[in-house]
Parts: sequence; structure tokens; C-alpha cells
Amino acid sequence: MATIAAEQPAEHRRAAVVRTAAERVGMLVLVLAALWGLWEGYRWLWIHEGWTWPFTVDSTTMPHIHDILRQLFRKPTSGVGGDILLVQLLHAAWFTAKEAIVGFALGASFGFLLGVALSQFRLLQRGLLPYVVASQTVPILAVAPIVVVYLGSLHVAPWFSVAVIASYLTFFPVTINTLRGLQSTNRQALELMRSYAAGRLSVLWKLRIPAALPYIFSALKVSATASIVGAIIGEAPSSIQQGLGGFIVNFNQYYSLNPENLWATNLIAALLGIAFFLVIVLVEAIVVRRAPEHVA
Amino acid sequence: MTTAPVAVQPIPRGTLAGRVGRHALDWIPALVVLVVVFVVWQESIAVFHIKRFLAPQPTDIASTFWTNRHELISAGWFTFQEALGGFAIGSGLGLLIALILARWRSFGRALMPYLIAANAIPIIAFAPIMNAWFDPFSKGSKMAIAAVLCFFPVLVNTLRGLTSVHPQSIELMRSYGAGEIETFRRVRIPTALPFIFTALKIATVLAMIGAIVGEYFGGAFTALGVLIDSRSTTFQFKEAWAGIGVACAYGIAFYLGVAIVERLTLRWVPSTGE
Amino acid sequence: MSVVEIKDVAKRFDGGTVALEGIELAIEEREFVSLIGPSGCGKSTLLRIIGDLIRPTAGTVRVNGKPAAQARTDRDYGIIFQDAVLYDWRTIARNISLPLELARWNRRRRNERVQEMLRLVELTGFEGHYPWQLSGGMQQRVSIARALSFDPSLLLMDEPFGALDEMTRERLNLELLRIWEASGSTVVFVTHSIAEAVFLSTRVVVMSPRPGRISHVIPIDLPYPRTAAIREDPHFFELVTNVREALHLGSDLDRKPAAPAAAEAQP
Repeated sequence: MATIAAEQPAEHRRAAVVRTAAERVGMLVLVLAALWGLWEGYRWLWIHEGWTWPFTVDSTTMPHIHDILRQLFRKPTSGVGGDILLVQLLHAAWFTAKEAIVGFALGASFGFLLGVALSQFRLLQRGLLPYVVASQTVPILAVAPIVVVYLGSLHVAPWFSVAVIASYLTFFPVTINTLRGLQSTNRQALELMRSYAAGRLSVLWKLRIPAALPYIFSALKVSATASIVGAIIGEAPSSIQQGLGGFIVNFNQYYSLNPENLWATNLIAALLGIAFFLVIVLVEAIVVRRAPEHVA
Repeated sequence: MTTAPVAVQPIPRGTLAGRVGRHALDWIPALVVLVVVFVVWQESIAVFHIKRFLAPQPTDIASTFWTNRHELISAGWFTFQEALGGFAIGSGLGLLIALILARWRSFGRALMPYLIAANAIPIIAFAPIMNAWFDPFSKGSKMAIAAVLCFFPVLVNTLRGLTSVHPQSIELMRSYGAGEIETFRRVRIPTALPFIFTALKIATVLAMIGAIVGEYFGGAFTALGVLIDSRSTTFQFKEAWAGIGVACAYGIAFYLGVAIVERLTLRWVPSTGE
Repeated sequence: MSVVEIKDVAKRFDGGTVALEGIELAIEEREFVSLIGPSGCGKSTLLRIIGDLIRPTAGTVRVNGKPAAQARTDRDYGIIFQDAVLYDWRTIARNISLPLELARWNRRRRNERVQEMLRLVELTGFEGHYPWQLSGGMQQRVSIARALSFDPSLLLMDEPFGALDEMTRERLNLELLRIWEASGSTVVFVTHSIAEAVFLSTRVVVMSPRPGRISHVIPIDLPYPRTAAIREDPHFFELVTNVREALHLGSDLDRKPAAPAAAEAQP
């Protein structure tokens, strides 16, 4: 009986891969060009017509994209000497990334363990779940100064306080999705395990958790971004200068003088967020080998 | 694995009182936890000599709240309006664009990876720029931040919901001679509703965060975020914690509001996972 | 001692549905017994009661002389569902070795057994594949390999070929008989298909719904080994007709009480 995955000749497959890659790159170039066009087009139109809604457009509020890009290769004059802006931003991005990674690791591990615990003990779920949900309504970023001062008094390095803030933003999606994934195991797969007289731990380890991986990874993707956000915003009250958050606060002060600096920083921050996200996507592709999703 | 049809247990009918009673019992463990946490918090401040200015006792926070309740509640209301406005604009736009992208599906499919990537951008970093665009003392600047924060998650999740319909349901509608609009109304949108509500609940949280953190970078003195920030920097932590409590309260109320609408709208979805 | 002894079993679900009532059945070693009946007659429920996946509200079930629950913890049976229920994230080889891992076999023994099983169901070479790469029929064969991997003396099968096409079904019927012969196990087989029941079994147990009960038991005296040719045998048709009539008698279409009128012996 022939299998569905028939063996194609190797050259066919290689050609197909190259073609897909070319398509993807082409699409990317197209999208970037479209965004560039939209930006400059909007800018030109609003300045030309002098419209002031939703906001006035000029070189300060919407600098030219090429000005922003050019600024990356200049040495910034607003108080931070040294290398060209791009290099400084990359260092800052790396600094922030480290905080985010630590926060992500802490938050994701805690979130996962909490999710497993909640799934196994109904009483715990009833008792804690409302607070887990409510925890996200606490504007942690407003509590940040307090967290930083308190941990500082315990002689904790400021960057670690930022990591803690990042982990707070990370754990929630992971907990909720781990719980949901563990609870949504196929009924018959559970019956099968029962027919093997499998113990609770075996069922958890061999069935529930692997089946929950897609849910967990979708949460990790959200958490990756959240950890970056936590790290960037957390840096401000901690008076950390070396990270992206510090650069944002700094350039914000001198915005009217050099708007391009802030925009350039945001560009790098955006790329950092996307890079984090892509790392998780890559890990997911390796770890989770499932049938491709079918969408209508 | 292929999903086998799961026998859904019908929701047992009982008297209304019986059902409410049963649900009320479910909440007891949560209440127990709340009481225990409060007691532990109250006592450990004294026992462990935790600096009172950092983490005041709950009773202190409560009395501070009571003294300043007018100021706090109206500040909270101010910020909540920003969040609500941003939520409405961002979610509304997200839903609209999702419907459009689901209608022209090949376009939507091509854009999907980019939308997902855009969702990964730390939008909050744009807060200072929003303050440069709009008057930082106006509600509009924070609404803009909240709106952008809400837009992408709602868009991505709604689009996913609209396109994750069984191909056979679509074929069925075609066989009835139904056009695109009919198919949307009767199949795609109902299928998407659970996804939409999940996204909306997330959006309430994001909108509140956007409003408060936005105020961090500059906002009206009558705003809650500004209040919390200024009290923190002047070491008036009792007031700061009271402000945080108010922010929580508004946030929870917002979330619950959407959750209630969801419960009423989605009565036909069997509750799985118990 | 019978392999399966069911005495006066009844099952009533919360909400009042009476799925089974007054079930008495004894299954001997090496028998191939089919349970057949319309929807709602409780055949799948009965199968699950034998496997201790559902507890009866009355009566007793003994498997291999022990209570059903004990037989389950001793792993005396293997179960196969209509859905192959393979784990997406495991290769074929690791799917087959799942029960062996749970029974704490060492790696070498597991690998050997997996190869044996693959040979048995004629899927050698597919160890490294993933379930979604295989057709429905092949997935079901993996599911059979998995059920047999730990040598159970009893096989419980719940409409295993129901989701497959006719040709695949007939081929798998032949394979199943071959495997049954080779392993010397006892099989309890739930099906909707009269022809399949007659083709495979030593006895066909006809059930009727509302409440679920056994209405007839029809011995199948066709010789083994059975080949495709037997489907064209006149006696085969006779037996199929007998089963069909028994089904009609037992169902709501004809409201006569379940009398052993048109069938052979009752247990």
C-alpha cells in the first residue's frame, strides 16, 4: 500500500525549497517597500495639505525614513559619546536582551510548573486561578519602582530587578495555556492510558504534556514579546543607562532636537522583539513535529 | 491525533438556586486564599520588620484609600476612559481589518506572517512618540497607545478564528448556494467568536497597561498612572499602593465586563476541560 | 474457566439512560466473538466494561478469573479503537513501544519486540515515520501492533475498521484473522457490519437497544482458515441472513420481545 509521503527525487525538493525561499524574500521586500511608500506618501500628503488631524506632520513628528536610517550611522550628539548610533544601540539591545532572557526563563519555568500544578489539583485551581488572572491587571510596570528599591535594599543588581519585572509579565500566558493544553487531552488517548494501567505521573509525562506543547509554544511566543516589553520599560525606574529603555528615556528628553534618535531606537527595539519571537518559532519547529495545520 | 467525537455531558438542569449555590461553593477556596494572604501580609510586615514604607500593611492602605477615595477614583476613571477609548478604537479596527483580510483570503494569508511579527514588536516603546504626536496632557495620546497595543492581537486572533473553519462547513454552505456574505454571517463569524473574545479579554489588560505606562512618560496630573508614579518617587508608598489597588480594581472590572458579555453570547459553546 | 465471564451486568448513566440490562455472557479461550447491534444497544459500553474503563452499576465481570479491574492493572488485554489514537509526537516505533515503556521493559527488549510487531502487521521500514505520514489503514495496523506488543491474551476491538474503505477493510479482516491465529488470543470485536461479523467470528452476539441487552447469540460454523472466497459461499449468505433477521427481531422495527425464535442457542 503506497504511503502518502511518496519519495520525490532530491532535485525536485531542492528546487522547491529554493523557490519558496525566493518567494519569501520577495514578499518581504514588497512589504517593506509598501511600508516605506505608505510612510512617505502619508507624510507628503499631510504636509502638502496642511492637515492637522490626527496630528500635525512635520520633520519632528514624522522624520523621513532615510533620515532615520542615516542617523544610525552618525555619532549621536545628545549626550552619549562614542561609537555610531547603530553600534551603541546594538550594545544596548544586547544588554536588554540578557535581562529579557533571564526574565523569560524564570517566568516561563514558573508559569509551566504552576500550570501543571493547577491542572493536577482541582482545589489549588479553584483557590489560585482567580488571582493568577487578576495578577495581570496589576500594572506591574507601575509597581516597578517599588520592586527595584526593595530588591536594591537586598543588594540585588538592578538588572536582575528588571529581569524579575520581565518574568512577571511572562508567566501568565504560559500558566493559562499550559493549564488549557493539559486539560484538553483527547478522551480516547486517556482511555488508552487507562487500559495500560498507567500511573498519574506517566499519563502526565507521556501524554498530557506532549499533547499540550502546541498550546505552550503559542504562549511562549506571546511571552517572548512580553519579556522584552518588561525589560525595556523596567529599566526606566531602575535608572539603567545601558539598555534600550535607558536610551529611550534619554532620547525622549531631547526629542525635539533630534527626533531621529528616538525613532532609530524604536526600530532596533522592534527588531529585537521580532528576533526573540523568531527564535521561539525556530525552537517550536524543531521540537513540535506535527501535521501541518489546515486552514480554510 | 485525529479528534474523535467526544460525548459532551449535557449541563445538568437544576433549580437556579441550586446552580448558583454550587457555583458559590466553587469560590470558597479562592476566598480562603484571599483571607490567608491578607493575614500573612498584615502580620509579616510587623514580624519581619519589612520597611513599612515599601510594603505598607493592608489596613494602612485601606485607610489611605478611604481618605483619598475621591481623588483616587476620579483619577482611575480618567485613566480608565483612556483605556476604554483605546480598546474600542484598536479592537474595532482590528476586527474590521480581520474581516477584510478574511474576505480576500490569499491576501490575508500572505500578510499573516507579517502581522504575527508585528504583534511581536514592543509597541509600548512608542509611547514617548505618541506623546510627541498628541498633547501629552490629553486623553488622546494614551488612547493612541492603548489602541495600537490592542490592534494587533485582536487582528491576528480574529483572522485566525475566521479562517479556521472546517472546509466541509464551507462546502455545505456552497451547496446551499450561499454567497460569501452569507457564509461569513452564518459560519465564519460564529466560529471566530471564541477566538475574538479571548483576544478582547487580553486587549482589556493591554489597554489598561498602555494607558498607565503611557502616563509614565508624561500625562495629566489627574491621571492614575501619573499619580502612582509621582507618589512613588516621593516615597509616599501608601498612596502609591492605594493607587495600584484602584488600577487593579478598574482592570478587573473591565476584564469581567468582557467576560460576562462573552458568557452571554457564547452559551452554545460546551465548556470543555474539566 | 472462561476468559471473560459477564454475570448480570447492568449500566445506568447519570441522567437516567439505561445503557445495559441483564447481560450474561461467557467467552472461552481462543474464541472470536463479535458484538453487533444498532446504535444505542450498548455494545461499545459493554466492551469498555470488560476493559474496566467503565464500571457497571450492577453485576460482575471476571477476566482470566480475576475481577476486571485487576485484569486491567495486570495488563491482560489490549484495546483498539475506531480511531487509531496514535500520538502525533511519537514515531511509529515509539507509538508501538508505549505500553512496553509503561510496563518497564528495557530498551533492547522493546526494540526487538517493536521489530517483531512491525513484521507481524507488515509495516517493516516505517519505524521512523510519523502517524500523519501514514494512511488510515496503516495507522490502524500500527494500532493493532501496539495492542499486541505486550502479548495480551485478550483483544478488545471497538469498530476498528469502521473508518476505512471496503477494500482496505476486507484486507485487514484477513490480516486480523491471520494475527489472531498466530497469537492464539481471544478477541471481542464490536462492529456495525453484518458481513464482517460473520466473516471473522466463531460466534456473533446480537444486541438490541432500549434497554441494551443481548437478544440472540449465533454460532458461526464456517471453517478456519477463512479466505476471501468464503464470502461467496452459500452457507455464508445463510448466516448473514440469520444475523440480519435476528437484528430486525431485536430492534424497534419489530416490537416482538427478544425471543430465541429465529436464532440458535442462547447462553
